[in-house]
Parts: sequence; structure tokens; C-alpha cells
Amino acid sequence: MRTGAGMKGARRVIVVVLLILLGGAASGAFLYRVPYDQQNRESFGAPPSKEHPLGTDELGRDRLARLLHGSRISLLLATAAALLATAIAGVVGAAAGHFGGWCARAFQVLVDLFLSLPWLFLLIMLRAILPLNVSPVVSLAITFALLGCLGWAGSARVIAAGVQSMHRSDFMLQARALGCRPSRLLLHVIPNLRPLLLAQLCISIPLFLLSEANLGLLGLGVAEPMPSWGNLLRELENFHAVSVNPWVLAPAVLLVTVVGCFHILLSGKESHA
Amino acid sequence: MRAKLVSLVLTLVLAGLLGATLVRFAPGYGVDEHALDPRLSRESVEALQNRAPARDGLLRYYAGYLQGLLRGDLGESGTLNRPVAELIRERMPVTARSIGLGLALAWSAGLALALLPQLFRSPVLDWMTAAAAGVFLCAPAAVVALAALHAEAPTGLALAAVIFPRVFRYARNLLAGAAAMPHVLAAEARGLGRVQILGRHILPLATPQLLSLLGVSLNLAFGASIPVEAVCGSPGLGQMAWQAALGRDLPVLVNMTLLLAALTMISNFLAEAVTAKCVPVRA
Amino acid sequence: MMTLIRLFLAVALTGAAALHAGGELRFAIRSEPKTFHPAMVADENSDTIRYLTHGFLVRANRHTQELDPELAVSWKTSPDGRSIRFRLRTGVRFSDATPFTAEDVAHTLRALMDPELRSPVADSLRAGGRNLDVVAHSSHEVSVTFPKPMAGIESLFENVAILSARSPLKEKAVLGPFVLAEHVPGSYLLLKRNAHYWKKDKRGRALPYLDAVRVEIVQNRETELLKFRRNQLHFITNLEADHYSRLLAENPAWVKDTGPSLDVEMIWFNQVANAPIPAHKKTWFTSQAFRRAISMAINREDLCKVVYRGHARPAVGPFSAANRQWFNGSLKPHPFDVKAALKLLEQEGFQRKGEWLVDKTGQPVEFSIVTNSGSRNRERMAALVQQDLRAIGVRVNVVTLDFPSLIERISRNFNYEACLLGLVNVELDPNAQANVWLSSSSQHQWNPNQPTPATPWEAEIDRLMVAQATTMQQSKRKAHFDRVQEIVWQQAPFIYLINRNVLLAVSPELRNIAPSVLRPHVYWNVDSLELSGRTEVSRR
Repeated sequence: MRTGAGMKGARRVIVVVLLILLGGAASGAFLYRVPYDQQNRESFGAPPSKEHPLGTDELGRDRLARLLHGSRISLLLATAAALLATAIAGVVGAAAGHFGGWCARAFQVLVDLFLSLPWLFLLIMLRAILPLNVSPVVSLAITFALLGCLGWAGSARVIAAGVQSMHRSDFMLQARALGCRPSRLLLHVIPNLRPLLLAQLCISIPLFLLSEANLGLLGLGVAEPMPSWGNLLRELENFHAVSVNPWVLAPAVLLVTVVGCFHILLSGKESHA
Repeated sequence: MRAKLVSLVLTLVLAGLLGATLVRFAPGYGVDEHALDPRLSRESVEALQNRAPARDGLLRYYAGYLQGLLRGDLGESGTLNRPVAELIRERMPVTARSIGLGLALAWSAGLALALLPQLFRSPVLDWMTAAAAGVFLCAPAAVVALAALHAEAPTGLALAAVIFPRVFRYARNLLAGAAAMPHVLAAEARGLGRVQILGRHILPLATPQLLSLLGVSLNLAFGASIPVEAVCGSPGLGQMAWQAALGRDLPVLVNMTLLLAALTMISNFLAEAVTAKCVPVRA
Repeated sequence: MMTLIRLFLAVALTGAAALHAGGELRFAIRSEPKTFHPAMVADENSDTIRYLTHGFLVRANRHTQELDPELAVSWKTSPDGRSIRFRLRTGVRFSDATPFTAEDVAHTLRALMDPELRSPVADSLRAGGRNLDVVAHSSHEVSVTFPKPMAGIESLFENVAILSARSPLKEKAVLGPFVLAEHVPGSYLLLKRNAHYWKKDKRGRALPYLDAVRVEIVQNRETELLKFRRNQLHFITNLEADHYSRLLAENPAWVKDTGPSLDVEMIWFNQVANAPIPAHKKTWFTSQAFRRAISMAINREDLCKVVYRGHARPAVGPFSAANRQWFNGSLKPHPFDVKAALKLLEQEGFQRKGEWLVDKTGQPVEFSIVTNSGSRNRERMAALVQQDLRAIGVRVNVVTLDFPSLIERISRNFNYEACLLGLVNVELDPNAQANVWLSSSSQHQWNPNQPTPATPWEAEIDRLMVAQATTMQQSKRKAHFDRVQEIVWQQAPFIYLINRNVLLAVSPELRNIAPSVLRPHVYWNVDSLELSGRTEVSRR
């Protein structure tokens, strides 16, 4: 019992930390009114100072301003992509789990295909498919939308399994025994899917944050001058800079903290369940 | 079972075809740096570009590829001008070594950390192990690879760092689920020792699903080997797949798609088979 | 007196090094060579292996920038510039001991003329699409006749690696200082000393001094630097500016800045008439004033300072001052002058509307610059250019694309507006750039494959390039190409940005090096390089 209370308390702390981080990312760029793309060519790669609390990057741009803007963009778009992926997963997974039969078999093939195709390849050439004069924000939004469209398969499988197990549950057996039609049964299923969908959403957000970070590090992320966690992490490629200027680790620390918070929330849910 | 296998093979063939379609109709297919070589004449540039496979129909190319595959001929790489089978033979040992090391380390660490809370039943320990695994779970694979490159650690270690938290998480939930089963609780109430409960009741319950996780983790390791080998510069299959993607090397990419698809499907198939056969334990 | 001391020291050091003759030279290339067939070489990594293993009739001395005799002891061109006769070195053998004769030269050239080969080396030898004739007059005399006069005919043979006509090893039988002994894909290539190499030093000792060259494949520049600092690599070519500064701080003796290279970074606008871009943008891009204004609004000094940490120079034209023979010294880089740029734009009908610039039809001036992803320096340059152009009210979108997508856009569907790329100049003679300047060529980047020149100045460049390629008089050739450089400077079809310096890291163990701004910067005289001190021999 005490453990449960402790866990609940820890989760509260995590939620508060997450809210602070999200709030900071959302409002930071308004409070800290330094342009993220203004180059100071006389002071590039400068250490932290009063004017630049996290120093400047290789082009003399304020690192804190870039981090705040990048955080806002990455968090907002990762959440949007996670919502999209969970919505697709919810519809497809619920349909497959609910109707069963050929629908479930077709679903199985579709999920297998989706999980095995080289989507990284599609992400490599995504920018090449888009028109050239779309702004970096739009191109990033499309990247996340694509991530959302491609990242539903795993969640859908979990949701389909959840719906199937729900069908075996007592209340569904009773409903069926009372002569409830399949379409009406669905009305019972959907509200019960909420915790499952919420859990999948919490899994997807960090997943997409990490995907964007990986893409950025592989040089396929957002174009200049737009910052995102992915392209801010590219500073880590310079081994020397990391040891001499540990503040370049700031985006990595922020990313790990946010993703970590989501994971702890999630593991809390799992153990709670 | 037979129907399932047939469906598996058909899905695999379809995955290969879809992969090939993705590459064939990708922007930049069939062009390379030759187009910018000022020494080459226009005729030569055009002739070189027309050499790209599947120019005269993707389906014909894919059918030819499948026929060749049955004979053991995997085609010829467009960027490295060598048979794909030879390239895979050369690079497979590198990837096999790093994946072997990665899986061995990930499973040892993941299982050990998942077993600890079962043996000592300490919430603090549980929280600490979860936090330790959590840190790795939060780091992007490419950052882990960069860290391994900084530390001059073997690629396998980077793969282990990517797979370990996932193995841990699944195993931990599985063991916790098994420990909450009524007969295990009854055994505990009767005062059976923790080691005995773990050895006689919890592990036998969780083993089949842990085995199916082995397949999933192998698949995960192959997937992670692409960014990790690309960043670490390790000359394995992952690096080859990455370079083939950047060079639009259709024959290499079709083979790599089929390999990854086969791994994904077989591991899913095994996981399902195991889950269907044994008592389900919440994971 | 000082000179005498230096001379003595040099002799003493050479003597000391000779005691340690042999050893294994180690350096890194970035990725796998794409081919080992010398005729098919198109990438830098394959060229490295070709350079170290194959023999050539002539080779450019990276110091004098003149041709040195190699397998040919002498040559004579006909007065009409159509043919050249080589007298070959006697007593030379391939690595498998097969003798080298005129028949091998004839065989190599005939093999290159195979139309199915599609070799860059062959295409540069094929004048006007027609094949050359080759006749072996004796075992050591061979003549080559071209269908039409070719200026600088002898330099065309600089990249022709001689293959054996009789050896069963075919292209694996080599005449260069080393032989490929081992290749572990993605990991390293081991070249062993060619025991039959023909060259000897002044004291009659057989060259090369080194026993082996280990070419490691190291993709990551940081790893390469780490290996150099641990003495696992003996040199690094094309060092990043950051790495240069770090090594300089650690040990100034390790690094060398040999000055501006021949390579040039540039931006060009798409002037293709039927390109799928808006008509008003085509009007801007084909306007000389617009291109010149954009060029003047770019602060090249800042590009050198911020992106290359001062190890670059503002570029003037297709060649840098490093090309002593062909650079037009009377030209200076376009000045950085925002006011003048705006004035030029105003004269052309552009005007400021608030923060942004609009053209005479009211269209806001906005365009995208594509460049290749994975090149940090180009991405940084694009970001600086973006900010510079914002100062004149021009909005620039920077788009990084992977190489195949980029090449497709700039060479096939022409669906791009401006492109930032570099030109790697390996050869000194302007003939090697003929395809860039001729308006009918597919490599005439800003507007390729023109049936007839689209502008009078392109017609003029065409005429001058043909004239310089067929004139036998060197001074006239120089005058023609100087004029080409002037027209390019005036019209700015390419907006040249910078020539980066050649930054090298060289281990003090490596002796007899003579770093050059020309490729290959360090190992161009590999047969006379020596290693002093203890060197590790690779373990296999």
C-alpha cells in the first residue's frame, strides 16, 4: 500500500516536471526574446555569458534561444504525430480486434508489412519529394506527420489484442448473451479502450521525439536555420566540443529528461494495471 | 499452420516488391555522381544512367530477381559493382559479431536486472533498476552510437545499450505478471523460498514468452544496426544498407528489405505461436 | 652559413631516415573505393588506389606544375597538334614481371576506346566523339593520333594507367610503386611494395622506400583525428578547420596550411528555359544585374572567417591563384557592398517593400538554395548566405537533399532555383573543364544541353574554349582562357564563394614530404617517402 502511495507521489512529481518542461518550452521563446537565427559572426562558439546563457553555436547564434524554439517545435510536433498514430492505430486495431475473421487476417498482413518495410528510406528522401519553397516548419510538420502515419502498426497490434481480450471479458459475454448486436457491442468497447489509447499515446510521444533526434543526427532532419532537438544534437558529433563545452549537452539532457518522464509515467501505469 | 506459412511467404514477397517500388520510384533513382563528372560526354552520362536496373519495368525486374534468388543469385550492387551475395558474405560476420555481442550483453544485463526485484522484493531496487534501464531507453540510438564511437567501444556495446532496456522492460513486466498469478501467490503464502518460487513457478511460466522475445530482440538488433553501424562506421550489413539507401542501390536494398522483413515476420510468428500455446502472462 | 647548416642537417636527416627505410605508411580514406579498374575510376577513393598502384606515361609534378616523364622518357607533338609520339622507358616490368612495351600502351588506349566502357578517362581522350588511332612503331616507341588538333595533348595522358597486354592478371598487373595485396571491405586496403617498380633514387636504390601502405577506411573525421593523434595514421589530408586549430594547439609541428586549393565553392541560379519554376524567377535568374547584386550582397570574408576559421580565401573564378599557369591574376573577388547591390537591383526594377524586396511586378524576391546533406561546411555557408541576403530583403530557403535527389534536380528535371556546390579541380589544364563551359554540354550547369548558345556571352565563351583547345601557342591559349574568366566574372553565371585552404596533418615520422595544394597533397611523391622511428606493422 505504501509502495502504491509512493509510486503515485513519484508520478505526481514526474507530471509536474513534465508540465514545467512543456510549459517552459511553450512560453520560453516568448519570455526569452532573443532571435534563434540571428548570427553574431564576431562571437561564434562562445562560452556561456550574461548575453548568451548557454553560449553561442558555430555560427554565433544564441544556443538557449535555439534550444527553447527547438524544444517547442519538437514537443509540439511529436505530440501531434503521436495523436495521429494513436488515432490510426485505434481505428485499425479496434476494427481488426472487433470484427475478427478475414478482417483480423488482413490486419495481420498489413501490420507485418508495415513493420518490415524500409521506412527509413522514405524518410531519407522525404525532403526531396516536397516542394523546395516550403518553409522549414512545414517540412518538419510533414516529417512528423509521416512519422505518425508510419508509426501506428505496433500500437494497432496492442489495441487489437486489447479489444480481443475485452471480447472475452465477462461484461461482453453478458452483453452478447443479452442479444447485443456487434455494432452496439462496439459502443461498449470504445470507452474501455481509453486507458489503452492513452498508454499508446504516452509510448508514441517519446518514440517520435527519439526518431526525430535520430534523423537529425543522421543529417536528415530540419533545414537551417530552424532548430529542433535533432539538429541541435548534431553538435555532439564534435567530440572535442563536448568535453570542452559541456553545455552543448543541454539538448541531450532535455531530451533524455522528457523521454524519461514519459517512460516513468508509463511504467507507473503498467505496474498500476 | 500451413496456411500461416503460405501467408508468411506471400507477405514476404509482397514486402520485397513494396520495398523495391519504394526505391525504384524514389527521387534520384538511377542518377549518381557521374552526371557531374565534367570528363564524361553526354552520351556516356545517359548510357550510365540507363544501366540502372528496373528501368524497363519494375515487375519484370522483381520477377527476375526472385528467379535468381531461387538459384542463389542475389543480383549485383549498382554502387559497388559487385555481386550482392559476395557483399553480404563479407559483411555478415561483422554484423553477426556485433549483434551476437549486443544480444548477449543486453540479455545478461536485462534479465539480471529484471530478476533482482523478484529475488529481493524491494521497491527501491525495482525503481533503481527501472531508472537504470530508463536512461538507456531515453537516448536516441544515434546518440548511443556516437557515445560508443567517442569511447571507442565495440559496435556491439552500442547495440546492447539500445536493446537492453527493451529486454529489461518486457522481462520485468513478464516476471511481475507471472509472480502475480494465483498459484504463485499461494506458493508464497505457504512460505516457499523466493529462489524456489522463481525457479519452479515464475520462470517456467515466463520462459516461452521470453523465448519469443529473443526473436523480437534479434529483429530489433538488426533494425538498430543500420543507424548504429552508419554512425560508428562499422563495415557490416547495417552500414551497407545505409549506404545503399543513399546511393539508391536497388539490388542491395531489395535483399536487405527481404532479410529484415523475414526477420520481423518470423519473430512475430514465433511470438504468436508461443503465446497461443502457453498460459498468457501479462507483459 | 645558415644555408650550409640547413643543408648539412637535411643530409644528416636523410641519412638517419635511410637507416629506417621500409615500414608501413598509414592513412585513411572516407569510404570504399568504387572500382579497382583504372579506366573506370571516377571517385576520389578509387583514384587514391590507382595513383598508388598504377603506372602512367607522364605525371604532373605537384611542385613545378609541369609534366614529368614517367613511363615515357620523352614525347614530341606534331606541329598540327593532332598526334604525339612517346619514347618509352626500357627495362620496365609489370608487378608480375611481364615486360612493359609499346604494345601495352597501344592495348590500353584501344581498350579505352571501347564504346561500351563509358570511362571518364576515355571520354576526355575522345575528341568530338571520335576515337584516336594508336600505332606501336617499335617495342618502345608509340604514336597516338587524334581526329582533330588538341592543345595540351600530352596532359591528356596523365590519367591513363597503363594496362598489360599480355599478363594473365590483366588490370591487376601494375606498373606503380605498390600492389594491392589485401582488401577487407569497409575496413582497410593493404598495398605491398612492388618489387618490379622501375624507379630508383639518385643513389641507385630501388624505390619505393616504404614496404607497404595501409589505407584504412574511416568514415568519421573525429575517429581519423583520434587515430592520427595516437600515431595510428601518418597524415590527414583536407583537415577540418576545427581539427586544424586543435592540433595546432597541441603540437604546431603536426599541421600545415598549404594555402588556397584549386577547389571552389559556388552558387548558381537555374537558367534553364523550360525548367519547372515560375516565369518571374527565370527573369531574375537570367538577369546579369540580379546575379551580380546577389554576389555583392554575400560577405565572402565572413564565410572564410566563420565557416573555415580563416583557412579559406574569397574566390574569384573557376581557378584559384594556386593554378599558377591558368589563373587570371587581373581579377579580384566581387566586392561585398550591400549598397551597391541594392542600387543595382533598383536599376533593374526591384524595390524594397517594408522589410522585403519585390520585383517590378510586385513579386516578393524569394528563392531556395539546394545543397547536399551531410556537408556541414556547405550547410553553414548556406545559413550565412541566407542571413546576408536577408539584409537586401531577399528571402532564401535552404534545402539540404541527399546526393542522388540533388543530382536529379540539377541535371535531369531542373526542378531547382539555386544550388550551392563545390567544384573539385584535379587537373590544371582548362581543357578538363571544357564540358563545364561549352553551352552544348550536359555539365554546363546553369543551362545545359543548349542547341545554340542562349546568350551572346555564352556564344563568346564557346568560341574561346574551342579556340584555346585547338591553338598550339601557349600564350594564345592563356589569353583565350583569361578572357573566359573575365566573361564569367562579369556575367556571374557561377557566383564563386571561396577557395578553401589545403589543411594537412602530417606525422613528424614521415620524411621527404613536399606538401602541395594539388591533389594528392601529401603522397604525390609516395615512392620517395620514408618513415623514421618505430612504426607499427599491421597485424592481420
